[in-house]
Amino acid sequence: MSVLVVVECDNGEVKKSSLEVASYGSQVAQMLGTTATAVAVGEATEANLAHLGEQGISKVLYDAEPRLKDFVNGAYTKLIAAAAEKEQAQVIVLANSNIGASVGSRLSVRLKASLATNVVELPKTDGGKFTVKRGAYSGKAFADVVLSGDRKIIAVKKNSIEALHNAGQTAPVESFSAQLSDADFADAPKQVVMQDQAGGILLPEADKVVSGGRGMKGPENWNLIEDLAKALGAATACSKPVSDVDWRPHHEHVGQTGITVSPNLYIACGISGAIQHLAGVNSSKVIVVINKDPEAPFFKAADYGIVGDVFDVLPKLTQAVKELG
Amino acid sequence: MKFLVCISNVPDTTTKITFTPDNKEFNKAGVQFVINPWDEYALTRAIELKEQQGGGTVTVLNVGEADTEPNIRKALAIGADDAIRVNAFPKDAFFVAEQIANAAKDGGYDVILMGKESIDYNGFQVHGMVGEMLGIPTVAPAMKLDMNGTTATLEREIEGGKEIVEVQTPFVASCQQPMCEPRIPNMRGIMTARTKPLKVVEAVGEPARTEVAEYALPPKKQGVKLIPAENAGELIKLLRNEAKVI
Ligand SMILES: Cc1cc2nc3c(=O)[nH]c(=O)nc-3n(C[C@H](O)[C@H](O)[C@H](O)COP(=O)(O)OP(=O)(O)OC[C@H]3O[C@@H](n4cnc5c(N)ncnc54)[C@H](O)[C@@H]3O)c2cc1C
Repeated sequence: MSVLVVVECDNGEVKKSSLEVASYGSQVAQMLGTTATAVAVGEATEANLAHLGEQGISKVLYDAEPRLKDFVNGAYTKLIAAAAEKEQAQVIVLANSNIGASVGSRLSVRLKASLATNVVELPKTDGGKFTVKRGAYSGKAFADVVLSGDRKIIAVKKNSIEALHNAGQTAPVESFSAQLSDADFADAPKQVVMQDQAGGILLPEADKVVSGGRGMKGPENWNLIEDLAKALGAATACSKPVSDVDWRPHHEHVGQTGITVSPNLYIACGISGAIQHLAGVNSSKVIVVINKDPEAPFFKAADYGIVGDVFDVLPKLTQAVKELG
Repeated sequence: MKFLVCISNVPDTTTKITFTPDNKEFNKAGVQFVINPWDEYALTRAIELKEQQGGGTVTVLNVGEADTEPNIRKALAIGADDAIRVNAFPKDAFFVAEQIANAAKDGGYDVILMGKESIDYNGFQVHGMVGEMLGIPTVAPAMKLDMNGTTATLEREIEGGKEIVEVQTPFVASCQQPMCEPRIPNMRGIMTARTKPLKVVEAVGEPARTEVAEYALPPKKQGVKLIPAENAGELIKLLRNEAKVI
């Protein structure tokens, strides 16, 4: 019996969300009186994987097969299932990412496991029941879900668990092969296209987000959003109508029908705060709203607000961040 | 080509969410239900591809009780040819996936489409479960889908980019924007939808694997602290010293 953690790597590095997942998994292992093993997917380096010891991982399995560098649902599922069998994993923890949730759902059938996605807290195990809290109704509510199977799979929402950092701890990295066949690569990508991210920060992983709505008036004004984002080290985002008219790319659209984000800081500029927009952002820790209309509904969901014109306020904020040093 | 499109019946996007007094169930009173917005992409794209190919069928499937039929009829009005309703409360993603896989196995569908997730349960699970149950590839979430004979080319969103994927039929894909512009029913569609076949079948398979013990609303916000626009820079100091987020 053990806990298996799936860590996603990119360009040799473990993703931030996977450090959170590893920390979640090692804490579950502690609750269950066992250890947490990680299985790494994507392009990883042994040195970076060894650092997962800092998140409480006791061993890392890694299959260096080059075709596993990019996400392939079939092959990833087989690899992780093989690792779960090898480790006799009772609980499998992954990120609630496009990769994690895609693989998690296939795994749940293959391993006859109960699956919960969008999980925001460590489990409760009182009374013999295994209960997790997950986001539901597009962030407008939470559900406590009892996972009934002997095996459980948990997909952890980004930014909902603090990553542990036990400096200096390392984990041994073992090579591992799931003996994949060509058929496992039926959905292998023909091509991978990465998008330009403002300041190189990925929106789904971001800790701070500066977002613009229709109040920004046009794409030519987005430098104001980008300047503030750059000064803060934040990712940029937008409301749905902004991406619908192609002022910004679709992958920046947040909300009920866009990306759900839960950063520590969300700054909304010229966004009214329609319920569908709020649904994707209201689990952010601190929300700042800048809107010239004091009646804008977003102020009801905000922690801090400025009633003012974005064209006047944004340069002042950027300046103030620069002055902080 | 035979398309199967799975639709779920969800509270309208503007719904204020409340629960029954024991917090065990969603309070449906006074709430309007709609086709899950993500599923509208799947439905419209299937209809577009059928039209491009000049033949084939689009079947919609919903796992739900009789009160979901108005939205099934709406899907027929948008252009689906026929419909199946699995007569059961959709207990969890696994239960729903089993019903879909069961219907698909008997129906000989080439392409199974659904939305990325439902806006109520937010599971993002059903597509993968169906793919695994049927032993066929899943592409999730897909932003683009084109068909050339039995070969499909899809764009799958990954964090920070996209993958271009080619798969052979049969396959499952979960859809999201900007796949297409979802259609709304026209008068002719609404009239013909009344006479299109809607088959009701009973549920099969295992019980659900998860159970909601309790729902809760997020904690209320303290209220907004307003900073005068002239002193906008003051906000940055508060974010550092008070909120400690920068
Ligand atoms: C099924 C469905 C799903 C949806 N999903 C989403 C979703 O995922 N995400 C999403 O964002 N929306 C979604 N919407 C749309 C949503 O209902 C709103 O229409 C949208 O969020 C509004 O975007 P906005 O606030 O940018 O624009 P507007 O509503 O036009 O608001 C612009 C705001 O800018 C302010 N403003 C204007 N000029 C200035 C200025 N100079 N300085 C400061 N403030 C200014 C105005 O006061 C106003 O509050 C969905 C809608 C539906 C029906």
